Amino acid sequence: MHNKTIAELATVLQQGEVSSVELTQHFIDRIEKLDAGLNAFITVTPEAALQAAKAADARIKAGEAAPLTGVPIAHKDIFCTSGVRTSCGSRMLDNFVAPYDATVVERFRAAGAVMVGKTNMDEFAMGSSNETSFYGPVKNPWDTERVPGGSSGGSAAAVAARLAPGATGTDTGGSIRQPAALCGITGLKPTYGRVSRWGMIAFASSLDQGGPMARTAEDCAIMLGAMAGFDERDSTSIERPVDDYVGALNTDIAGLKIGLPKEYFGEGLDPDVARAIEAAIDEYKKLGAEVVEISLPNTHLAVPAYYVVAPAECSSNLSRFDGVRYGYRCEDPKDLVDLYTRSRGEGFGAEVKRRIMIGTYALSAGYYDAYYLKAQKIRRLISDDFRKAFEQVDVIMGPSSPSTAFKVGEKADDPVTMYLSDIYTIAANLAGLPGMSVPAGEVGGLPVGLQIIGNYFDEARLLNVAHRFQQVTDWHSHAPRGFE
Amino acid sequence: MEWETVIGLEIHAQLATKSKIFSGASTAYGAEPNTQACAIDLGLPGVLPVLNAEAVRMAVKLGLAIGATISSRSVFARKNYFYPDLPKGYQISQFELPVVGLGSLEIELEDGSTKTIGVTRAHLEEDAGKSLHEDFAGMTGIDLNRAGTPLLEIVSEPDMRSAKEAVAYMKKLHALVRYLEICDGNMQEGSFRCDANVSVRPKGQHKFGTRCEIKNLNSFRFVERAIDYEVERQIDIIEGGGSIVQETRLYDPDKGETRSMRSKEEANDYRYFPDPDLLPLDIDEAFIDKVRATLPELPDEKKHRFMTHYGLSAYDAGVLTASREMGDFYEAVVQACGGNAKLAANWVMGDFSAFLNKENRDVTEAPVTADMLGQLLQRIEDNTISGKIAKDVFEAMWNGEGTADEVIESKGLKQITDTGAIVAICDKVIAENPAQVEQYRAGKDKLIGFFVGQVMKESKGKANPGQVNAILTEKLKGG
Repeated sequence: MHNKTIAELATVLQQGEVSSVELTQHFIDRIEKLDAGLNAFITVTPEAALQAAKAADARIKAGEAAPLTGVPIAHKDIFCTSGVRTSCGSRMLDNFVAPYDATVVERFRAAGAVMVGKTNMDEFAMGSSNETSFYGPVKNPWDTERVPGGSSGGSAAAVAARLAPGATGTDTGGSIRQPAALCGITGLKPTYGRVSRWGMIAFASSLDQGGPMARTAEDCAIMLGAMAGFDERDSTSIERPVDDYVGALNTDIAGLKIGLPKEYFGEGLDPDVARAIEAAIDEYKKLGAEVVEISLPNTHLAVPAYYVVAPAECSSNLSRFDGVRYGYRCEDPKDLVDLYTRSRGEGFGAEVKRRIMIGTYALSAGYYDAYYLKAQKIRRLISDDFRKAFEQVDVIMGPSSPSTAFKVGEKADDPVTMYLSDIYTIAANLAGLPGMSVPAGEVGGLPVGLQIIGNYFDEARLLNVAHRFQQVTDWHSHAPRGFE
Repeated sequence: MEWETVIGLEIHAQLATKSKIFSGASTAYGAEPNTQACAIDLGLPGVLPVLNAEAVRMAVKLGLAIGATISSRSVFARKNYFYPDLPKGYQISQFELPVVGLGSLEIELEDGSTKTIGVTRAHLEEDAGKSLHEDFAGMTGIDLNRAGTPLLEIVSEPDMRSAKEAVAYMKKLHALVRYLEICDGNMQEGSFRCDANVSVRPKGQHKFGTRCEIKNLNSFRFVERAIDYEVERQIDIIEGGGSIVQETRLYDPDKGETRSMRSKEEANDYRYFPDPDLLPLDIDEAFIDKVRATLPELPDEKKHRFMTHYGLSAYDAGVLTASREMGDFYEAVVQACGGNAKLAANWVMGDFSAFLNKENRDVTEAPVTADMLGQLLQRIEDNTISGKIAKDVFEAMWNGEGTADEVIESKGLKQITDTGAIVAICDKVIAENPAQVEQYRAGKDKLIGFFVGQVMKESKGKANPGQVNAILTEKLKGG
């Protein structure tokens, strides 16, 4: 049952072959049995899940089921869930229970999906390996000595290990696509503004975007259909109808123009990963796609610009965690400054503090123009690169990550090397474009992800392009050993 | 040496919206602490601000009223600093691109001349909460009801040259925001407060002196006193060979002095940057036109109309248009009394205002309505009562004894115009005062006043003074 996709589960649920209660219990049992070795979940909610499953069964019986009704899913612990702790992977929010649901959570609830728990993540989504979580690192199901990627590492590991058929993630610089690649699943970061950020704890507001993580493009299409849409509570969400993502699948892609940016295949890319990506591109050629080399000349500026903009925004976004109203507060503060410095000093981990300091510096008087404003200009240059590219091609393809999953601890003490593992994903966030990662091969028994970047609001095309690939390949259905 | 004072004001007007600037929580004043603060006002994780369109409308209204440019695009920025009553650790404000650009306001000086004060800009921002340092046994309480209340910060050019000018400007702006109904102007509750930037320079010098900013002045009197104190302090320092340190100062109304709060070196680096949670605010011509259509008659226009239409002096017109309510009341009285604009002005500015002031009441709270006052004035006009008796009738009306006609009737105050009755009283007075009659006839004309007084006294003020005068003059001449 756990090897079925969301689409398949929807069918068996609606045909009455299995009840949501049975299905939910099955996944809860798997989490109990298998998660100890992975640490993909921060919180598991079996009772609430079974209750929701019961309601879903009633809804199915009444003939009022939506595609997700009765399907178990997990939420990244960055989405606020009414009555269930939302920790954001931080000691700071270890005791925080929101009195509201994030819009994304609300929409899944309305669709009848059953939340089984909240997944582990890098602290405040700052990390590419899931090693910065207050709740300990997540292990990659393909090799538990390796990282699952981050920051949505818990969601990626949970889906790869078949502990949940789908999970939500968020992507600020690659946090959906890179772990999806490293765990061999399919993940989509939508266009900025497509999915409401309300109730999603902010890391870098102008870059953050929630999206689906599942095993197939079809499942991502089903999930995105539930998540996407205008939300008047988020001023940056865009008032624009949601496409029929599932309906757009199976569109012929003969004549599709694929751009391969030469900058995505240069130095720093693992040659084995490069070969896997090239093989995937060959599959597309067989499907009738045309491949052209393109250039995104400002690619090398993406990581530096990102590490100004994202920390700048986070330094301000995380100011609210001050020990005054909620969250972690130090013991016996002797005065206000002591309350602030110790609550924040003890409540935040090292990577979060590093980024707050970088961001505070970048916004300081006298440095603002040199760093923040300059980074914003680079952002425009990067957007222009893409705009020009999309005059030529329909989608852009390349690797999601320069290597396969690396060992736990391998890059933990070297932030810059760690930051470079997002070198291919960050540009899409800076430009606000949608991007996907699709399982496209294996190197040494570890998955490789193909990244597909589309034009603004072109999610339907992206999902179809990924879906067509998954109809002629089976990388997406490979299960890590021990989790089949 | 002769010194010149240079003053610029930053005025914070709390906008009279029903809900907060970025959330749906109520802005009503005086609720139990933290009962009007929602998840957004509390700065809980994951919540987002959504701009209240009403606050924008009000800002544009002010901009149009001071002839300012309205920015087609303005940007909300975060002002970052830590304080327990600032829930998010930043205040959402506007920095580089404010909603209202350069405008101006005309003030009247004591000598009757006018002066134009430039308004640099006005921008929208949210208020913080309140820290309560009393009643918590060494701890601090925090009330976030005020957090997120919309403010319009109106920044003037350094165009004022005395505390009096500063007060005149502040009063003018105070009247204006109330005319526009964008701020209740309640200074005790902090709805209208001011920071003053003050510096001095030798008269004739072009360059500005080093300024100090005096924070949080919440009455006209405090503004005047604080500036006067500060000017004297600065001159003393400079004349004593010292120099002014740029700093933020606090006015202590009990001691009547300003004291240092923090120097420029200690000033926060607010690390302003555009708020990524809010899109730039785009305002098009159609929106501006819609707001323009809602503008009421502005104080200066109304004053001018009162002068030309009612023939009032500049001074009278100024007093009667000081607030929209006063102007409305005056015009209602003119109509109710049948059109004697001058008489209405005298009464509204005289007895009516005196009673209001004595009881510290607002025009709208007066027990005497415009219709009641109008009827009283009609009774003066048609000689039912004299102006002097009218004052007594007015007081009775104020005290709730009824309308003018009811008071005149019940107290029997109707003026005696029956010539026979007046002649009888005059004869009596003349008969009782032979000595004065003799003096009058000997040429002491001024004594006519004495006789009139006696007749009025005898008639309990009810005799028509004109008739009394004529009859007495006639009778005293003869003999």
